[in-house]
Amino acid sequence: MAEIIRLRKGLDIKLLGNPSCEVIQSESSDTYALCPPDFTGVTPKLAVKEQQMVKAGEALFIDKNHPEVKFVSPVSGEVLAVNRGARRKVLSIVVKPDAKQKHVEFKTKSVQSLSGDEVKSHLMESGLFGFFRQRPYDIIANPDDTPRGIFVSAFDTNPLAPDFEIVLKGNELDFQTGLSALAKIAPTTLSISASQTAQALTQVNNVDLYVFKGPHPAGNVGVQINRIRPVNKGEVVWTMAPEAVIFIGRLFNKGIVDLTRIIAVAGEEIVNPTYLRIMSGARISTIVKGRLKRKDHIRIINGNVLTGVKASEDDYLGSFANMITVIPEGDDVNEFMGWIAPRFKQYSVSRTFFSWLSCSKKRFSIDARIKGGTRHMIMSNEYDKVFPMDIYPEYLIKAIITGNIDKMEAYGIYEVAPEDFALCEFVDSSKLELQRIVREGLDNLRAEMA
Amino acid sequence: MGLKKFIDKIKPNFEEGGKLQAFRSVFDGFETFLFVPNTTSKSGVNIHDAFDSKRMMIMVVIALFPAFLFGSYNVGYQHYMLSGLDGSVWNMFLFGFLAVLPRLIVSYAVGLTIEFIVAQWKKQEIHEGFLVTGFIIPLIIPATCPLWILALAVAFAVIFAKELFGGTGMNFLNVALIARAFIFFAYPTVITGETVWVVDHSILGLGADMDGLTAATPLGIASTTAAAPEFNMNMVWGLIPGSVGETSVVAIALGALLLLYTGIASWKTMFSVFAGGILMAVVFNQWGPDNAMAQMSWYEHICLGGFCFGAVFMATDPVTSARTETGKWIYGLLIGIMAITIRVLNPGYPEGMMLAILLLNCFAPLIDYCVVQRNVKKRANRILNNK
Repeated sequence: MAEIIRLRKGLDIKLLGNPSCEVIQSESSDTYALCPPDFTGVTPKLAVKEQQMVKAGEALFIDKNHPEVKFVSPVSGEVLAVNRGARRKVLSIVVKPDAKQKHVEFKTKSVQSLSGDEVKSHLMESGLFGFFRQRPYDIIANPDDTPRGIFVSAFDTNPLAPDFEIVLKGNELDFQTGLSALAKIAPTTLSISASQTAQALTQVNNVDLYVFKGPHPAGNVGVQINRIRPVNKGEVVWTMAPEAVIFIGRLFNKGIVDLTRIIAVAGEEIVNPTYLRIMSGARISTIVKGRLKRKDHIRIINGNVLTGVKASEDDYLGSFANMITVIPEGDDVNEFMGWIAPRFKQYSVSRTFFSWLSCSKKRFSIDARIKGGTRHMIMSNEYDKVFPMDIYPEYLIKAIITGNIDKMEAYGIYEVAPEDFALCEFVDSSKLELQRIVREGLDNLRAEMA
Repeated sequence: MGLKKFIDKIKPNFEEGGKLQAFRSVFDGFETFLFVPNTTSKSGVNIHDAFDSKRMMIMVVIALFPAFLFGSYNVGYQHYMLSGLDGSVWNMFLFGFLAVLPRLIVSYAVGLTIEFIVAQWKKQEIHEGFLVTGFIIPLIIPATCPLWILALAVAFAVIFAKELFGGTGMNFLNVALIARAFIFFAYPTVITGETVWVVDHSILGLGADMDGLTAATPLGIASTTAAAPEFNMNMVWGLIPGSVGETSVVAIALGALLLLYTGIASWKTMFSVFAGGILMAVVFNQWGPDNAMAQMSWYEHICLGGFCFGAVFMATDPVTSARTETGKWIYGLLIGIMAITIRVLNPGYPEGMMLAILLLNCFAPLIDYCVVQRNVKKRANRILNNK
């Protein structure tokens, strides 16, 4: 067993609606969609027209700057619609599935016999390369880069997040094959949680194993990289979600692109929160059908409560979302004199509320209200307490706000992604939109460096 | 929820284009004062901690209450004692309260008016920072301070020390202390000397008109005579002449407990201010000049003047204090050291806390810079070692 890296800073937000361990097979969705905005940094170029028939694993769009990187349909069927937003930006490509699914045949291949470049081009061809994200900038990886390493975090510490051991069950072989494939491209590191005991995680081959223990964001791959070997200016590392590693394993073992995954459907407003086996890109209405406690004043989140985006039932499960969360919206709640009332039921890390007195197992109801107005930074040390990286978050944020590129670099912007600031944004008493600020900072920096 | 309905009904009048749009910021301030805003997040995290700046500021005001209440009582106590009148505790408190209240009202009225105007002009929400500042200012001046001077000082501090820099959170000098410093430099006679610490007239029939009541603060005595006053428990309870809120160590300690318990004030800053003060007092005891101030024991130094009040309520102001954790130790320590040094070595003015905090306010960004620069260097070295 590898040495345990302990993190002290952070916060586990205990929300109501934790999923039970049961995995339910979902009914199939009437439409599926691939949403280009999920793939940050990619300029999509359509590869299909409306009414065209596609197979599962066939490209729906490609990256304009790297045409060899394909993004493929999860199902076979007819391209129903290409939805566009402002300035004709492609928002989603909707596919109506056939009754009998047809897959593009990629031959089964033995990973051991391939070179790194062969693995890479196989992934680009099959559309799985798009699951690589890179640091710096937290965008989809550039195939021309040679990454210093590839990092996979096998556990998610976000509120209500799915337990990867449940997701992994039955996919152990594919997971190991996927890891071996990654290791062909670059030295690969797998980080697991101290509480994970599955052999497929603790006895992995071809990768370096690290064990982490601590509150959220211990499961964030960015935090793990910062602890293991921080990203320096000029270096590139790639990261991949563990579910995508399973997809890669399937590609090599079965010869098809099979984006079936297990997601958590959780949150206070879900009846019987549980795990669901479902195809990537399914319509959210299929996922939440019959599971919602009420129709109004709820918020459906594509992803987890910290980094996920607000969605409606007509949206589609995001390519990087490993869960759907439904919480109360809170727009019908009016708390009287909130600045002085005791507010026993409200959750806060601050001791000006009483939630810290309750036992550590207690789960809280938190709605989507901001619960305050935006201010300049007033309190100090709020971010630091939940930010276990060797970085001064407050100073980095200020450098980004003032657009000071030199300082951003000096304070470590190459090591961070917006998700690393999610907890800071949660606890911030000045209610600043930190993830948006960091995203814009990364985009500006990238434009400046291009 | 009748009130909520009423507010929703009159709200359109205050919005852009409404009849009363000139009072938008005022309305907004009162609306959010009555109800927690139920706007929900649009980007970023979907859930937020319930703690916001309103609750933070109110906690500080609550923490100041013991000092305010005891300070009011002490104003009455000093008047009754020096005039030789008999009075119940209640009479003394009421007298002092009536003496302090106009200063509190003027402080809030002037400061909040400026805040409302600025918020309206910049189309922002009202920032709550002045709730604390406005409460602190009457507590750090004598109860005899003329109202017009106070009004001038508050206006000066809010405009030049805060709003010019961008409002709460952007100021680098403690606003309340700037108000005090303004009075101190522009109208020194109303804040120093022997005649300013005791109210010498009756208020609404309470007390008596007594011309020429004088009382020097113990620090004043120590700086002008050869011997410091003997330490006694009144210095701890706070029954000595001085600025309204600064005299009682016990009342300030109650506030400090709340601030530390809620985590709003940094224990590191608070602790290191005291540590610095004690250290410097001991140093002067050993090697200092042979005068009363230098030979005063460390516990007397701590109890007298504005040391406790400054350490608890002003040095810990998160905006003007050092913001890094290492920086807070250095910042606090230097405040303590400077405060005692100014007391001992500056013959002109017996109290050093105000100047020490303002001085370190100026240096806090530099302290933080050095602390953060260590992290920056570490990162730069990592690249060098990689090559």
